[in-house]
Amino acid sequence: MRIMTGNDLKTGAVTWWTGSDWSLHVEDAVDVTGKEDEIARREEAARRVNVPYVIDAELEDGSPRPAHIKDRVRALGPTVRLDLSLKPADPDIGNWVI
Amino acid sequence: MADPATPNDGQGHNSGLLRYRSDEIADHAAVTVDAFVEQADALAVRIEPGDEARELIPHLNRVKLVEVNFPAFGDGRGYSSARILREAGYEGELRAVGDVLVDQLAYMRRCGFDSFDPDAPLDAGDVEAALARWPDVYQSAADDRTPIWTKRHA
Amino acid sequence: MYRYDTYDQAMVDARVEEFRDQCRRRLEGKLTEDQFKPLRLMNGLYLQLHAYMLRVAVPYGTLSGDQMRALADIAEKYDRGYGHFTTRQNIQYNWIKLEDAGDILADLASVEMHAIQTSGNCIRNISSDHFAGAAADELVDPRPYAELLRQWSSFHPEFAYLPRKFKIAVIASKTDRAAMKLHDIGIRIVERDGELGASFYVGGGMGRTPMIAPCINEFVPLDRLITYAEACLRVYNRHGRRDNKYKARIKILVHELGAEEYTRQVEAEYAHMLDQGVEPPFAELERIRTFFADPEFRAADEVSASNEPEETSSEPAFQRWVRRNTNPHKAPGYVSAVISLKPVGGIPGDATAEQMRLMADLAERYGFDELRVMHTQNIVLPHVHQSDLPAVWRALDGAGLSTPNLDQIGDIIACPGLDYCSLANARSIPVAQKISERFEASGKGEALGELKLKISGCINACGHHHAGHIGILGVDRKGVENYQLSLGGSEAEDTALAKITGPGFDEDGIVDAVETAADVYLRERTEGERFLDTYRRIGMTPFKEALYG
Repeated sequence: MRIMTGNDLKTGAVTWWTGSDWSLHVEDAVDVTGKEDEIARREEAARRVNVPYVIDAELEDGSPRPAHIKDRVRALGPTVRLDLSLKPADPDIGNWVI
Repeated sequence: MADPATPNDGQGHNSGLLRYRSDEIADHAAVTVDAFVEQADALAVRIEPGDEARELIPHLNRVKLVEVNFPAFGDGRGYSSARILREAGYEGELRAVGDVLVDQLAYMRRCGFDSFDPDAPLDAGDVEAALARWPDVYQSAADDRTPIWTKRHA
Repeated sequence: MYRYDTYDQAMVDARVEEFRDQCRRRLEGKLTEDQFKPLRLMNGLYLQLHAYMLRVAVPYGTLSGDQMRALADIAEKYDRGYGHFTTRQNIQYNWIKLEDAGDILADLASVEMHAIQTSGNCIRNISSDHFAGAAADELVDPRPYAELLRQWSSFHPEFAYLPRKFKIAVIASKTDRAAMKLHDIGIRIVERDGELGASFYVGGGMGRTPMIAPCINEFVPLDRLITYAEACLRVYNRHGRRDNKYKARIKILVHELGAEEYTRQVEAEYAHMLDQGVEPPFAELERIRTFFADPEFRAADEVSASNEPEETSSEPAFQRWVRRNTNPHKAPGYVSAVISLKPVGGIPGDATAEQMRLMADLAERYGFDELRVMHTQNIVLPHVHQSDLPAVWRALDGAGLSTPNLDQIGDIIACPGLDYCSLANARSIPVAQKISERFEASGKGEALGELKLKISGCINACGHHHAGHIGILGVDRKGVENYQLSLGGSEAEDTALAKITGPGFDEDGIVDAVETAADVYLRERTEGERFLDTYRRIGMTPFKEALYG
C-alpha cells in the first residue's frame, strides 16, 4: 500500500493521512494510491500539512508498517530513546522498527 | 539608521518595480553582455548568473541600466556581479530582476542594487520592514553604511 | 571570552525579529516552504526526521556558565530535556516547534547566543581549538581571529546564497585540534620573522569526496585577514559549481581548477579587494583581544577552597581520570579538564539539562566561568587548578560525566544517524553503544591507548569517519543497514583519509570487525606505537587477512 506522510507546519510533528485528517499515529494511515497528487496539493495549500510525500507500507496485523526502516524510525521515534517514542510503554516496539 | 529611502512606484512604467533612485528611469531594452560589448549604441545590459560582470568595466561610461537576473533566488552569483560593478565605479541603475523575494532585498541593497523587478509583486509593508530591519551592519559592502567595527573606533 | 556590546546585541535582536516575521509569514501562507526553507536554515532550523531540529551556534566552541544554563533551560522548556553537542562545536535540539522558534531565539539573544547561519548555503560557525587560551603549545589564542571572522561573516550580504555550506576553522598551534585541513577554509596563525600571519588552507572537507586542503598562501599578514578571506569567498561564490549539489563545495572547485589556478584567482581578487577598504581597523582586533586576556591564575601551590576530602586524590578512579582526561596548561598548577559525554553504552555527545547545569556550576566555581565544546563531542573546562580537580571529578562522577576515556576507543564520535537524521542510511548510535560496551567488558579499552573511532550514518560524513583511526560508514544495502570499516585516517596535523578494508558488515559484524582490527594492533605493535602508527607501519594487509580470512 502507499501511505502519505508529512509534518505539521506549526509543531513539526510527523503526521499521517487518515483519509480525512492528519494523525500522529501511523496505524491510522490509509492507502492513497491513485489520489496522491490531489491530496498532497490540497492539504499543503490549506497548510494542514507541510511537505507531504508518499511511502510504501505493508499491512501487518491490520496496521500499516512502513516498508523502509527509516520511515519506521520516523513513525515511532529514535530506537535509542524508546522512552521518547510514541509508544514508550510498549516493550515490543523496538522489534516493530527494526 | 536603516535604509530611509522609499521606493518610487516605477513612474507608471511597471507597477511591480521598486526603485530607489530619483533620476529618470532608463527606458532601454537590455541586451546580453556579449551583445552590449559589441553594440556601441546599446545602453542597457542584462547579466545572467554565469556572465563575467567585469567584461562591462571598459564600457561603464555608456551603461545606463544593468539588470542582474536571478532565475532562482538561491543562485547568489548576482550579488557578486552587483558589488563588482559598484566597486568599478558604476553609478547607474542596478536592478535585480526575476526570482527576487522580500527577504533578499536588504542584502541586495547592500550589494549595490537600487531597483528591483521581481517576478511576483511584493507587499509594500513587508518591503518597508525588510529594508528598515538592520540598525547596523558588520562588514563593508557596496553601500555607504559604516561597519560596526569602524564605528567602534571612530 | 567575548561579550556583546550594544551593537552586537542590537544585531541579534534584529535577527530575532526578522525571523519572527518570516515565521509569521510562513504560517500565514505568504511564504511557500521552498521560499521559507533557506531563511529558516539560516536561522539553524531544519525539518528533520522527527520534527524541526534547531542548531544553536557556540562560536568557536566557547561559552559561559550562564549560557550553558540557558541551553539547559531551552532543552527543558521547549524540547525533551536534553541536547546534542555536535562535531562542529554546536548544540542541537531535536523536537522544536516552529511556533516556538522565535521565542527560543529571543531566549538565546538574552544570553548573547544565537542560531545565525548554523545551516544553509552560507558561512557557518567558525570553529577553533577547544584548548585555545590554555594549551601549553599554542602560539597565541586563535579565538580573537575567529571572533573577527564571526562578525565579518554574520549577515554578509554577498555570501548568503553560496553554492553550498562553508566551514572555517582557525588554530594557532602546530598541533591541529580542530581538523583544520578538513575545512573549506582552515587558518593557522603562524610566526615569521617576529610577525604574526595567517596560513590559508582552502578546499578541504569530508562528505562524499573527502579532500585535504592545500595551503594556498603561507603568510597573509594579520591586518589583511578579512580581505583575503573575502577574496577566497568571492571566487567561490562566482565559480563554485551550482549544477550538482554533490559537487558544489569549494573543495571541488579547488580540485577541478587545481590549487595553483584557484590561488591565482584569489590573489587577483585579493589585489582588487585591497583597494576596497574591507579590512577592519586594527584597533578592533586589539579590542577583541582584551576579552581573551588570561584570567587571574592562582599560584601553583595554592590549596583548594573546596570541601573535598584529601583521600579523593588517592582514589584510583580519580587518578585514572586525571591521567586520561586532562591536558597540559600554559599556567603552572593548571590543567584543562575534559568532561566526557561518552559514558559506556551511552549516546555520544548527548547531555541532559541537569548535566548542563552541573557543568555550568563547575565552570563558575572552579573554571573562571568558561566552558568549551569539542568537535569530538565532549566538553572542556579549560582552566582548572590542580588542587580543585578532586572536587571537580567527584561532582562529574556523580552525574555520569567522569568516564576517563579521552581519545580512547570508548571516546566515540558518532553522528546522530538514522535514529535522528533523514539523510542517514543506517543507525550509528547503537553501533557506538555496542562497541563501547564490548571494549569495556573486555577491558581492552585502556590497553589500546589512543584510538580515535568515528562513525557516520551516511556518506555525508557528519561523524567525520574519513578522519578516524578507525572509521565506520553506515550504508543502505538493499534496505538493510550495512557498515563499512576503514582504517588509518587522522584529523590532526598529520591529516590523512582512512582507507576502506573491504566488504561491509552487519551491525553485530562491525562490532566484531572493530575488535578484530584492535586485536591485530595489540598483536603487532611495537613499543610506543599507537594504533595509527602500527597501521602506517604494517599497512592494510594484516588487517584484511584477519577480517576476511
